[in-house]
Amino acid sequence: MKYNKLVIDKPEDLMFGIAPNPVKTRRGLEIGGGAVYAELNFTLPTMSINKDTLTRVNQHYKEIAEGALERALHLNSKGVVLEFETLLEMTQTPSIGIELVKIMNEVCEKYYQQHGLASEIRLTPNDLREFERPALQRTSSLLEPMMELFEEGMLAGGDLLSIESTGGKEVSDEALMMCDIKGLMFALAVLGVRDMQFIWKKISALANKHNKIAAGDSACGFANTAMVLAEKKYIPTVFAALVRVISVVRSIVAVEEGAIGPEKDCGYEGPFLKAITGIPISMEGKTAACAHFSPIGNIAFACTDLWSNESVQNIKLLSGMAPTAYLEQLEYDVRLSNEALRMGKTHSQILQQLLVNSDVYTDPQALILAPENVIKISKSLIKGDTYIANAKNGALTALDIIEEAYNSGQLKLSDMETTYLPILRVDLESIPDDESQFVEMMLPMLDQSKFILAEYGL
Amino acid sequence: MSELIKKLSECVEFGKVDKNSPFPPQMKGQDGAFELTEQALKEGIDSQAILEEALVPAMDRVGKKFSENKIFVPQMLMSAKAMGAAMVVLKPYFMSGDIKTKGTFIIGTVFGDLHDIGKNLVAMMIEGSGWSVIDLGVDVSSDKFVETIKENPGAVVGLSALLTTTMVNMEEVTQAIKDASPETKVTIGGAPVNDDFCKKIGADNYSPDPQGVVEWLNKLAS
Ligand code: B12
Repeated sequence: MKYNKLVIDKPEDLMFGIAPNPVKTRRGLEIGGGAVYAELNFTLPTMSINKDTLTRVNQHYKEIAEGALERALHLNSKGVVLEFETLLEMTQTPSIGIELVKIMNEVCEKYYQQHGLASEIRLTPNDLREFERPALQRTSSLLEPMMELFEEGMLAGGDLLSIESTGGKEVSDEALMMCDIKGLMFALAVLGVRDMQFIWKKISALANKHNKIAAGDSACGFANTAMVLAEKKYIPTVFAALVRVISVVRSIVAVEEGAIGPEKDCGYEGPFLKAITGIPISMEGKTAACAHFSPIGNIAFACTDLWSNESVQNIKLLSGMAPTAYLEQLEYDVRLSNEALRMGKTHSQILQQLLVNSDVYTDPQALILAPENVIKISKSLIKGDTYIANAKNGALTALDIIEEAYNSGQLKLSDMETTYLPILRVDLESIPDDESQFVEMMLPMLDQSKFILAEYGL
Repeated sequence: MSELIKKLSECVEFGKVDKNSPFPPQMKGQDGAFELTEQALKEGIDSQAILEEALVPAMDRVGKKFSENKIFVPQMLMSAKAMGAAMVVLKPYFMSGDIKTKGTFIIGTVFGDLHDIGKNLVAMMIEGSGWSVIDLGVDVSSDKFVETIKENPGAVVGLSALLTTTMVNMEEVTQAIKDASPETKVTIGGAPVNDDFCKKIGADNYSPDPQGVVEWLNKLAS
């Protein structure tokens, strides 16, 4: 791993709206430069995407962008990011996705020219490679339309480039359901890291070529999935918390390969990435309850630079269309934080404390996101020489923090949860630091028909 | 109930697959579902009774504990594995028709959609309740469903979808199934769908969770 020093090493410097390496955009947003912006996410209501419905699809996205920016203007917003996370058809047939970027970019440009409201589009093509099983991570012909959408989409006005790449998911899906921390380590710190190196070289090169922003890649299919499953009481929350920490070594690879932030919203490894690399991040919490529930509604805001709602369908609510309503909610959240920032350090720290204290001991996943724990864990995450060693050290420190909070009585955990604590520790400690040793140890335990090692350069 | 049936039932309930499996720690070194099923057959216990008195009630208890949030999915999966080990031993009796299952259940995530965590859980619970399950995986076309129904007359079908843009494909699949075989029952599930949608597309049942669909299926079978 490239990083061996924290860019932010004091909890009090891990603050919302402020990143050591802010990102400036074409229309003048300065993400991490002293204010938090809303990042609105949206999707289609129930409908199929085909040539008969394309006009309607286009209308939906135009309506979403218009509605959101009009509301933002009315609320005196300092700026907005619109995340366009594509659905399958929009990537499979890149012209559909490109057209949608164009449509939304025109709306952004209109509000910028006519009213001075700055907004940008984050373009997030979905990773088509997961349609092939076992996945052909490097040789799949599906990479072609994905890369075409990246390139043509950024030229059409999608300035911030992201993806939720899926390298390693073949292994992690089952490992998650079995609470198999070694399997997850293999999925994230071996397969995930290797695939991230492969895909982010490509994305960064395209971004550099066109002077656009390689933003970041969240471990959504891993850490977010773990959280959703834990929230349903399907797997232990203590396990989900460790998955999040392990996902850091996978997501940081985008930055090593040239991404500069803002990190994507739905992985929650963002705070660790911010501490280690100084890039700005996006997070989602209470205002993302439209997409999924979470135990980190307030604490997720503590050090974020963009504040997202994860996704909402373009359907009519009593007030108006759902994305417009969510833009308003996000906007009020960030208005509060920006007022605290304006009033100075004492005030922003008080607000952060309230956000942290109101969640911190309610769930281990919240606990590890408290700024002082983020710093502690981040220090462990850069201590070793390999991705595996770092992930293991980080997870063990997180486990120490969880056990300490439990033993002191601050964090309540059911017996069902605490049974897993010693098991997780033993499993983590059994993992060798060296990649080839670890691969050798894991291969006999995994269903090797599910993944192709050569597709990961192994 | 014989002591042996009781022990086998416990193996399934607590996820003891076979003698060598380390899980659960408190049953280490003991015979598992595999060995005890072999032993039961050797002692002349009827294969149908093994299924109905040991395996199905065990999975039923597991399902209840799961729905009451008393166990996590891994424990449930271990139980399913233990049941699977017993089924391997019982397989010849299924083939010969000595054991009758409650019916065949065909499940898949509809085309365009790759989400399968929920679908897999549903499949597992239904199998555990004494149905034989054919899992067609993800991204499954209408044709594939129809073809599989033809090969398994009388089967009930379950469709899963997690995306607002693929739940509409359920309508196409349901239609294709009903066109090809009007009497086939179709049940649907997945985060974005609901009862109204189920009625609208002409499906027969919607359940928000595995327990609901197991109950519905058991009513169908009885
Ligand atoms: C995990 C997940 C993924 C994983 C899937 C892993 C896997 N192997 O399944 C990954 C990362 C791969 C993924 C990919 C994508 N996802 Co996704 N995903 C989720 C997430 C977070 C959780 C789903 C889940 O597994 N839940 C846990 C299971 C146990 O619950 P469940 O599936 O609901 O199943 C239960 C019930 O519904 C029911 N049930 C399910 N099936 C059936 C069937 C029958 C017959 C019955 C009776 C009952 C039943 O029983 C189950 C057990 O209780 C959801 C969020 C959410 N709110 O659901 C988003 C979500 C569904 N995904 C979303 C999106 C957008 C995507 C992507 C397009 C993202 C992208 N741009 O790449 C891709 C699509 C890929 C594709 N074509 O399918 C959106 C959907 C938005 C929309 N328009 O509908 C959601 C809502 C997240 C969001 N952004 O808000 N995703």
